[in-house]
Formats: sequence, C-alpha cells, structure tokens
Amino acid sequence: MKAICFVKSVPDTETRVKLAGDRLDKSEIKYILNPYDEFAVEEAVRKKEAGIVDEIVVVSMGPARAQEAIRSALAMGADRGVHIEDDSLDGSDAYATAKVLVEALKKEGGLDTFQLLMFGQRAIDGDTWTVPSMVAEMLGIPSVCNIVKLDIDGNKAVAVRMVEGGEEVFEVELPAVFAGRKGLNEPRYPSLPNIMKAKRKPINKYTLADLGIDAGTVGKAGSFTEVLKYELPPARQAGRKVEGEPEEVVEELIKFLKEEAKVL
Amino acid sequence: MNFELTEEQKMLRDMVRRFSEEQVKPRAKEIDEKCEIPQEIIKQLAELGLMGIHVPEEYGGSGLNYVAYSMVVEELSRACASTGVLVSAHTSLVVDPILKYGTEEQKKKFLVPLAKGEKIGAHAMTEPGAGTDVTSISTTAKRDGDYYILNGTKHFITNAREADIFLVFAMTDKEKKHKGMSAFIVEKGIPGFEITKYEHKLGIRGSSTGELVFEDCKIPAENRLGEEGQGFYIAMYCYDGGRIGIAAQAVGIAQAAFEEAVEFAKTRVQFGQPIANFQAIQFKLADMATLIEAARLLYLKAAWLKDQGIPSFYKLSAMAKLFASDVAMKVTREAIQVHGGYGYTTDYDVERHYRDAKITEIYEGTAEAQRLTIARALLKEM
Ligand SMILES: Cc1cc2nc3c(=O)[nH]c(=O)nc-3n(C[C@H](O)[C@H](O)[C@H](O)COP(=O)(O)OP(=O)(O)OC[C@H]3O[C@@H](n4cnc5c(N)ncnc54)[C@H](O)[C@@H]3O)c2cc1C
Ligand SMILES: Cc1cc2nc3c(=O)[nH]c(=O)nc-3n(C[C@H](O)[C@H](O)[C@H](O)COP(=O)(O)OP(=O)(O)OC[C@H]3O[C@@H](n4cnc5c(N)ncnc54)[C@H](O)[C@@H]3O)c2cc1C
Repeated sequence: MKAICFVKSVPDTETRVKLAGDRLDKSEIKYILNPYDEFAVEEAVRKKEAGIVDEIVVVSMGPARAQEAIRSALAMGADRGVHIEDDSLDGSDAYATAKVLVEALKKEGGLDTFQLLMFGQRAIDGDTWTVPSMVAEMLGIPSVCNIVKLDIDGNKAVAVRMVEGGEEVFEVELPAVFAGRKGLNEPRYPSLPNIMKAKRKPINKYTLADLGIDAGTVGKAGSFTEVLKYELPPARQAGRKVEGEPEEVVEELIKFLKEEAKVL
Repeated sequence: MNFELTEEQKMLRDMVRRFSEEQVKPRAKEIDEKCEIPQEIIKQLAELGLMGIHVPEEYGGSGLNYVAYSMVVEELSRACASTGVLVSAHTSLVVDPILKYGTEEQKKKFLVPLAKGEKIGAHAMTEPGAGTDVTSISTTAKRDGDYYILNGTKHFITNAREADIFLVFAMTDKEKKHKGMSAFIVEKGIPGFEITKYEHKLGIRGSSTGELVFEDCKIPAENRLGEEGQGFYIAMYCYDGGRIGIAAQAVGIAQAAFEEAVEFAKTRVQFGQPIANFQAIQFKLADMATLIEAARLLYLKAAWLKDQGIPSFYKLSAMAKLFASDVAMKVTREAIQVHGGYGYTTDYDVERHYRDAKITEIYEGTAEAQRLTIARALLKEM
C-alpha cells in the first residue's frame, strides 16, 4: 500500500517571535518541519521498512520554504514530494487548507492509490488541531487522531489514542486518516547519506489552477476564520518576595495561594 | 564571494546540531568523568553517516566535502570535545590518507568500513622520543618476503581504545631520514601488536590516548600505504587537513563556553542587576564573539581551499589551527571569569571547556610548529 504524509513548515521552537505592528515579523524566523509531522513521517517510514508500505509521498501546502520541510521529510526516508504553492492561499484557515490538501490527494490518485493518510496531531504555529479530521470528513473516511500506536494488518488498522486516564483502542478499515503525537515513535535524525539522496528525489509542484481550485474558495475569501491581529503574551511579572516572621510569612503565603493564585 | 551554505550543508548542520544537543551534550559530563565515549554514540555517528563525510559514496561515504566535515566537527565539539576529536582523528588522519593514497584493494578492504563507521581509525606517529620532530621516529619496518616486520613503541595515540584500524608510521630505511619513512595499515588483534596503557589527561578525557607496542609484528606487504619512503609525505598530507578539524574542534569548544557565558551573564544578578549590564562583562562577550567568528571563517576558508584542490591551503590550515586554538584558550578562560567562582566548580561546564581547550594547542602540531609551517610557507612565497 501507499502512504501519504501531510507536513507543514513552521517556525523553529527556538524562534523569538517578533511583531511588526500587529503582524508577524517573519524576516528572521527560521523554519523547520513541524515536529508533530515527524511522528507521521517516521511511522510511514517504519511501515515501509516493515514491508507494509511501498511508497511514501509527502505533501505540503505553503510558500517556497515548504519545500525545505518536504526535503526534511524526504531525508527521513519518504520517496517523493508534492508542493502546493499559490499566492492566493495566503490567509487560508484549517478548513481552506483541508480542501486544498484533499484536491492534491485526488490529483495524485486519491484513495484508490493511498490507504494510509498520515498527519501530525497539530501544527505548532496555527495550532488548531483540526486539519486531519477535516480532511477525513471531506473524504468520508475514518480518522483517529492523537495516536500513540498504529498496527496495520491487511486493510485493517488498530490505533491507540491517549485519553485522560487511559487509552482508547480503535479498529478501522483503510483508507483512513491518522494523526500522530509524542509517544507514537522516536523520529530518526536524517542521516547524511539520506540528506544527499533527498536532493535527488522528485517534488511535483502544483498551483491552484493545476488542482482545478477556484482562488475565491480558498485563502482569506474561502476561510471561515480570519486572523485579525497578533499580540505577544504579557511579559512575565517579577516575582514577589514575602518577608517577615515565619508565622506572618506562612499566613500571607496561604492567603496568596487561596485568593490570587487560586490553587487552594 | 558567497558565504551561503548549500541546502544539504544546512540540513547537515541542523541535523548534527540537533543530534549533538539531544544525544551528546547531555552525556558530555559523564563522558569526561568516566573517560569513555559510549559505544552507542559511536554507533549513532556511523548511522548518521558522519564517519566518512567527504568520502565518495562508492567508497561508503556521504559524498560531501571538507567544509561539511569541519562544520560537523565544530558542532560535535560544541557538545563534547572528546566526541569531536574521535571523528576528526578518524577522518583526517586515517580515512583521508587511505582515500588519497590507497590502492583499489585497500580502499575496498579498509576505506569502505571506515567511511561507513563500521570500523574506527587511529593514527600512530608520535613516540616517546619523537614528537614535533617526526623524522626522528625509531619504530622500524623490515621487509621479509611478502611481509614487513614492525618493531617499536608509539604513544599518545588518539582512538587507541576504539580503533580497529591503525595507520602506523615506521622507518623502512633509517639512512634516508625522512625519505626512509613508510606508512602501514595495521589491524587490531594481530600477533605482536599490543596496547599497553592509556594516559590520564587534563582534558578531552573521553578521548582515549593509548600506547602501542609492536614486537616482531608481521604486516602483509599489501598493507603498506603508498610507496616505500612515502610515509613522511603521507603524514604531512594528514596533518595539513587534520589541522582544519582541530581548528573546528577549538571553535566548537569556544562556542560552547561563549554561549554559557552569555546565558550566565544574563541571569546572574549582582548589585541589583544582571552582570551583563556591566560594560566590563559586555566587552568580554564582544571580544569572545569576535574571536570565534574570525576563527570560524579561517577554518572554513582553509577547508574550502582544500576542497578546491589548491595546494597552498596548508598555510591557511596552519593559521586556522594556530589562531583557533589560541581563541579557544582565551574564550574558555574568559568564560570562567564571567562565571566567577561558579565557573571554577564542576557544577558548570565551562571548567571542562577550559581543560578541553588546551590540547588544541598541542596535538597535530604544537602552536610553535604551526608558526614554523606558516613562516616557511610565506618566506617561500614572498
Ligand atoms: C494568517 C495566515 C496566513 C497563511 N498564509 C498562507 C500562505 O501564504 N500560503 C499557504 O499555502 N498557506 C497559508 N496559510 C495556511 C496555513 O499554512 C495552514 O495550512 C493552516 O492554517 C492550517 O492550520 P493549522 O496550522 O492550525 O493546522 P493543524 O490542524 O494544527 O495541523 C494539523 C496537521 O495538519 C497538517 N497540515 C496543516 N497545515 C498543512 C499544510 N499547509 N500543508 C500540509 N499539511 C498541513 C499537518 O500534518 C499538521 O500536523 C495561512 C494561514 C494563516 C492563518
Ligand atoms: C591527547 C593527545 C592526543 C594525541 N594524539 C595523537 C595521535 O592520534 N597520533 C599521534 O601520532 N600523535 C598524537 N599526539 C601526539 C602529539 O601530536 C604530540 O604530543 C605533539 O606533536 C608534540 O610532541 P611532544 O609531545 O613530543 O612535544 P615536543 O615535540 O617534545 O615539544 C615540546 C615543546 O617544544 C616545542 N618545540 C619542539 N620543537 C620545536 C622547534 N623546532 N621550534 C620551536 N619549538 C619547538 C614544542 O612546541 C613544545 O612546546 C597526541 C598527543 C596528546 C597529548
């Protein structure tokens, strides 16, 4: 069977977010492959190593830098890439994104070709946790998100997901969507020979026109949500020192924990 | 002029930085204390393709270049200087000469497993009586039919504990002085070859430094690297490249100490403010950053010249090593100063960086020897 992994290029977790007015200042951001998507790619590569999967395609929608995220996934062991780039995609929310990803999947052969649709649980920037389930819904196939284990046997998959206080075990028929989280596996570092090989792996490039998508149905125009502005979280307050005799200090501290911190 | 890394070089640097930070750095203290690099790390280095970075793919390498290799040594050394020199000694002093001087058979038999990291290499020139003056080595190799018989003692040999393959230098004809030196590929475990002791050291304590004794040790003649009498030139080829690796190691050590100094200066409060507010501290940090940047550019230029096949790169590699080792000493010393008393304790890493920095002024040619090389080169040129 074939696997398709959806990956996003996101700011490095080390990045110091800066604002230019109420917009993001992107001039010095370093971008990486979304860490959660590494779980998706790693799982697909392991399934390939186990002889279950025979080809892994990596798809990313985004500006030119999305190619670097695709290359990183190729360096982990995926076989080829698909990059969707179009100026009209600016401002796409999770819903518009899901629509585009579905069309890209269809362009590459659809569900007749791909049985395993792998996602990260969340993109660390947009962070809506919704694209995977939306894609599944649009395709009318099952989705299991937040998974920590995935076993495949023929056209059935058993996936385990973490819920508060325990685990849920799902058996689903393929094709299906899976979204991975920490615990699913330990993503590998791309080895240098694989980094070199990734350079030679093909990446198909599509615009909206190639996918037969009307620009008005995606981007800001085609989105239900819109980012109005960005604000930095409030600066951390300086700590407060409680001084005095032990009895007084304890009393004040308890009062603080009850009334201000509200943890007691 | 272009200072931009290629896409693969960027991906490589990101990978090595992440690997170093997640896997190597957390164990650096333990590596220093136990005087041993865990096998697991060596195995990972091999799997990641870091033991033959500039070796063509047909010989089991990764097919990049010396620039990429030296960047990797810097990143590894930033986490752990012992791990950095393991890769550097292996690559520059064993892999590189076999790539350049080896026969096709030698490349298949020795280079491939070395470049894949399945085997580790060590380079044995120095003897108790012969350091800077390598032409005075007393180890001999006497031809006996299809063999050479090796006799002598080598000491201060990096990777002695981990290595499977030793590149050993010996005199095949003492009369001819440096033109009578030859190089031999010696496999661990053969009769007549023993490792008799390991040094206790100030720094790079995780890197093994062993003494090798050869007693009527029979080496097949096909294991001679290059021609008889070519040994001295092979050795010089090794050090010309190796100095780039050591310069990169020095920069990595300095970079680590610098980053820790910045972090400490921003958080340590005295006189009601972070010490980073004091100009005396700021000037130290500014000098450290400037020296590191200059040293890095120097080793990268030397590596780039070597990749271009420009013969005079050796002058630049000597300059890079001389300068970077001095920078490592200055920066690590100042990093301790910024830390005050804390920096003198083993609770902080800067004392380790300070101890690790010193060796970069000594091995692969002392600072004095580098000046000799540089002076000779420029007097010849000008
Ligand atoms: C202000 C703004 C500007 C934007 N500008 C552009 C733009 O210029 N060009 C453009 O193409 N898009 C643009 N987008 C769309 C953006 O790239 C995301 O795809 C979208 O916001 C997804 O939502 P999320 O990050 O919350 O995903 P989540 O639902 O948190 O992500 C979950 C998983 O879905 C998958 N996924 C998410 N996004 C993508 C993607 N883009 N490609 C492949 N897989 C994905 C990954 O597997 C991810 O782990 C913009 C979005 C916003 C909000
Ligand atoms: C940890 C460690 C690892 C090593 N790894 C290896 C290895 O893997 N393989 C290997 O073969 N060797 C290795 N060495 C040996 C190293 O290369 C030598 O120690 C170095 O070349 C200096 O030789 P020496 O120690 O005999 O000092 P000497 O040569 O005795 O030098 C003593 C002092 O005299 C100075 N001096 C010597 N000659 C001159 C001159 N002509 N002009 C001015 N000053 C001079 C030197 O600069 C130095 O300051 C290692 C050494 C150490 C400590």
